[in-house]
Amino acid sequence: MNFPVLSVITFTPIVAALVILLLPAQRKNEARAVALASATFALILSIWVYFAYDQTAAGYQFVEKYSWLPALGIALHFGVDGMSTPLVLLTGVVMFTGVLISWGDDDKHVMAGIQDRPREFFAFLFLLAGGVFGVFVSLDLFMLFFFYEIAVFPMYLLIAIWGWVQTREYAAMKLTLYLFVGSVVSLVGVLVMYWQQYQNTGVLSFDMLQMEKAGFSQAFQNIWFLPVFLGFAVLGGIWPFHNWSPDGHVAAPTAVSMFHAGVLMKLGAFAALRVGIMLLPQGAQTWSWLIMAFAAIAVVYGAYIAFVQPDLKYMIGFSSVSHMGLVMLGFSTLNQQGLTGAGVQMFSHGVMTALFFAVTGMIYDRSHTRQIPELGGMSKVMPFAAIGFIIGGLVSMGMPGFSGFVAEFPIFMGVWGSRWLVAVIASISIIITAAYIMRNIRQVFFGEIPEKLAGHVGDITVLDKVAIVTLCVLMVGLGLFPGLMVPMVETGVQNILRLLGGA
Amino acid sequence: MFTPTMFASILPEILILILGILVLVVEPFWKEERRRNVGWLTAGGLLAAMVISLLFGQPGEPVMTLGGMIRFDWLGFFFKLFFMFAGAATALLLMDNEKVGRRGEAYLLFLASLIGMNLMASSANLVMLYLAIETTSIPLYILSGFMLGDDKSTEAGFKYLLFGALTSTVMLYGFSLVFGFTGTTAIYQLAGMLKTGTLSAIGAFGVLALILVGIGFKVSIVPFHFWAPDVYEGAPTPVSGFLSTASKAAGFAVLVRLFFVAFPDYGGSWTAILAVIAAITMTIGNLLTLQQTNIKRLLAYSSVAHAGYTLIGAVALSQLGAASVVFYLAAYIATNLLAFGIVMAFSRVTGLEDIRDYAGMSRRSPWLGLMMLAAFLSLAGMPPFGGFVAKVFVFAAGVQAGYVWLVIVGIINSIIGVYYYLNVMKFVYLYRMPNQDEENHPVQLTRPYAIALAVLAIGVVLLGTAFAPWFSWSNAAALNLF
Repeated sequence: MNFPVLSVITFTPIVAALVILLLPAQRKNEARAVALASATFALILSIWVYFAYDQTAAGYQFVEKYSWLPALGIALHFGVDGMSTPLVLLTGVVMFTGVLISWGDDDKHVMAGIQDRPREFFAFLFLLAGGVFGVFVSLDLFMLFFFYEIAVFPMYLLIAIWGWVQTREYAAMKLTLYLFVGSVVSLVGVLVMYWQQYQNTGVLSFDMLQMEKAGFSQAFQNIWFLPVFLGFAVLGGIWPFHNWSPDGHVAAPTAVSMFHAGVLMKLGAFAALRVGIMLLPQGAQTWSWLIMAFAAIAVVYGAYIAFVQPDLKYMIGFSSVSHMGLVMLGFSTLNQQGLTGAGVQMFSHGVMTALFFAVTGMIYDRSHTRQIPELGGMSKVMPFAAIGFIIGGLVSMGMPGFSGFVAEFPIFMGVWGSRWLVAVIASISIIITAAYIMRNIRQVFFGEIPEKLAGHVGDITVLDKVAIVTLCVLMVGLGLFPGLMVPMVETGVQNILRLLGGA
Repeated sequence: MFTPTMFASILPEILILILGILVLVVEPFWKEERRRNVGWLTAGGLLAAMVISLLFGQPGEPVMTLGGMIRFDWLGFFFKLFFMFAGAATALLLMDNEKVGRRGEAYLLFLASLIGMNLMASSANLVMLYLAIETTSIPLYILSGFMLGDDKSTEAGFKYLLFGALTSTVMLYGFSLVFGFTGTTAIYQLAGMLKTGTLSAIGAFGVLALILVGIGFKVSIVPFHFWAPDVYEGAPTPVSGFLSTASKAAGFAVLVRLFFVAFPDYGGSWTAILAVIAAITMTIGNLLTLQQTNIKRLLAYSSVAHAGYTLIGAVALSQLGAASVVFYLAAYIATNLLAFGIVMAFSRVTGLEDIRDYAGMSRRSPWLGLMMLAAFLSLAGMPPFGGFVAKVFVFAAGVQAGYVWLVIVGIINSIIGVYYYLNVMKFVYLYRMPNQDEENHPVQLTRPYAIALAVLAIGVVLLGTAFAPWFSWSNAAALNLF
């Protein structure tokens, strides 16, 4: 057995959270330093996993298995495939950049970052990050649930305590209840699958690799696919259960918005894929039309609502609904291109939306408004942020040369191959997206600085710049060299197709 | 005729009895202001009793001892350890309660009820069982009304007594009918009588309904829950904590043994009824909790709801079901004692019990806030705390037995639970005191509180992460039942 890299990645943030909590409350900078150090450590490990992943071999790699509760078949079983490896990297990146932009400083001239109780903030944020890593690497359903819930509940505190004063209580409770409802609905499905497997095969195990062979009947899969898939997909922001998401984005502090849109929504989509589609493949085939319909509505509807939003954060929140709709659309094709595109889109959208929220947070911290009509000329005072936002915008529109294109093009190809009419409808969103992105870039970053803001809006900090550069490099790099990720995702897709085809 | 096994089977009770005598003897020698040290003695003594029982009193194969009155098995032993642990924690929490903590008789009453609970968990005969229940209840009636001159406490004691007397009479009537029908009071022989038809199904059913009244009162399931909020609110808080955990667990120990062993299902008659009761208990408990503004009443109603969740495991009527009940109770005892302990520590300093008074608590005392977060998230069923694993096990048992609808009801209810538990956390973490000067109003913990709360908090986390050994023991207890 080699170095247990996946469990080290998973437990690094959790241990860091405990260490941070044990520091005295006044030691704000020490708390931040521990946070940054452990985030960097996790990032380095996730980069290492990414490049050490053997793209020629399919299946799960870096597998670790420790028996946990043999009587019920619960094990600490970790492993990554081509679908989850990019997501582990994504989590590492968002965690790292999230710490950078929440650094804060204790002289209160600039209201950037987290000043109030950074110790608790980083502890809860890292607990969440540990849960996220755990879900991406777990191959055991019980543990997947365990980490899933760990990733959900800190959101309540993070939003309610450090969020935007006006809506935080409402948004935090709404988000938590939505996500909790979703997860427990899936839990029922999972428990039913667990006992059905026991009946079919006599094996008592939460191991997903075992459950793939459970031989669920067609009727069983038809009944239980929807609760399981949709329960998880709530966190993926699927229409019509997306309502919590924009509210949550708007109310959350910047780093939490980044986590929320960048990683947490992927968590939902990923769990829906891993548990819903991979364990109940025939159910997925039965219901793919419904998922596709939901996803297509989300894509167009999300883009349209984003188009009419005057609030920058709501705009990004709804564009996330739209882009996550594309991920779901990719899933629903159940074919090679669609699934590959969806896998890349999860990564691409995660980085892009993290960047959007980071820049929005920087603007809001300095100008104290997110109303698009009240902003203007920001490129003059914060050119770096402007460039970052524009690159994000190009990704969002799916421009060739950026990661968005690498992701969206295969999705649309896949949809075309499955149901061409849906591809036509969904492609409307590309036009709407281009319209609102370009309009908002012009309004926010160019033109004259409004009188109200002139003079007191300053440039962003060095840490902010590091965060922006990190995110931009990933998006451009992936756009120019799709070979860095696409073949890897394809190995993961092979695995899914095997399950679908072997039905 | 007195064999070592007999001795071992009641070893914990003997030790507690010795401890009680020790308390009586030592207490008068201490001056009034040092008398709280009786709490250290009680807690330490109970811990010692736990260790000694673990070393010398472990059951082997289940045997009947003391003329068939006591069944010496893992189920009883496991519950006894729970009770003694809860007792030790409660003794620590009692110490700094001004009105109760300095009076030796409080500790004595408390130990007496512990003996009763221990016997409840292991009695194999209806006569023994009834005696044990009364031994448990009578000291608790007195303890609930212990604060003389406090109207609410007096009301609590009296209400508890009236309800308790009424329901136990009904139960006793049920027991006497059992004897009338079958000519035996031995629990382990009743199942055979049912099979051979000595006790008809209808007769068994009626008897069961009467017995359920008494047990339902102990575990506070709907419709026998009315006493709980008033008593929990009025009684001294450590006693409320003890009532809602150990006393409830004792009720479940009896319920599991009686219903699994003496009246095993044929025809799904009583499991169906229990399932309905479980659903109603959860729902009503949760809906009533939603409206509470007093933290003790909130915990009281939510403890009704938790009785409902626990019943799911009993309804499943399987080995996993019994094991999940035991595990649930372990997690619940640690969690709820932690919650009540925090309420005690807080109201000792501030004298306040309203949820609104918890505003800014996490700034006044970050560690206490964090422990409260752990307790409430565990009650809400979130990992990495014991409540999550316990709920999953109970639900898994329910699904296995085919009660998917009941599990769905349970899940809807836990969503309601998440709402009101998080609502409390909103005050603790989000809201602030009127002057925003929380740093000047710290919530100081005395040493007994600090020890008890830290141990309980660690227990809650351990039950939620390293759950394998706990589950194996619960499973051993369940395996031993039959």
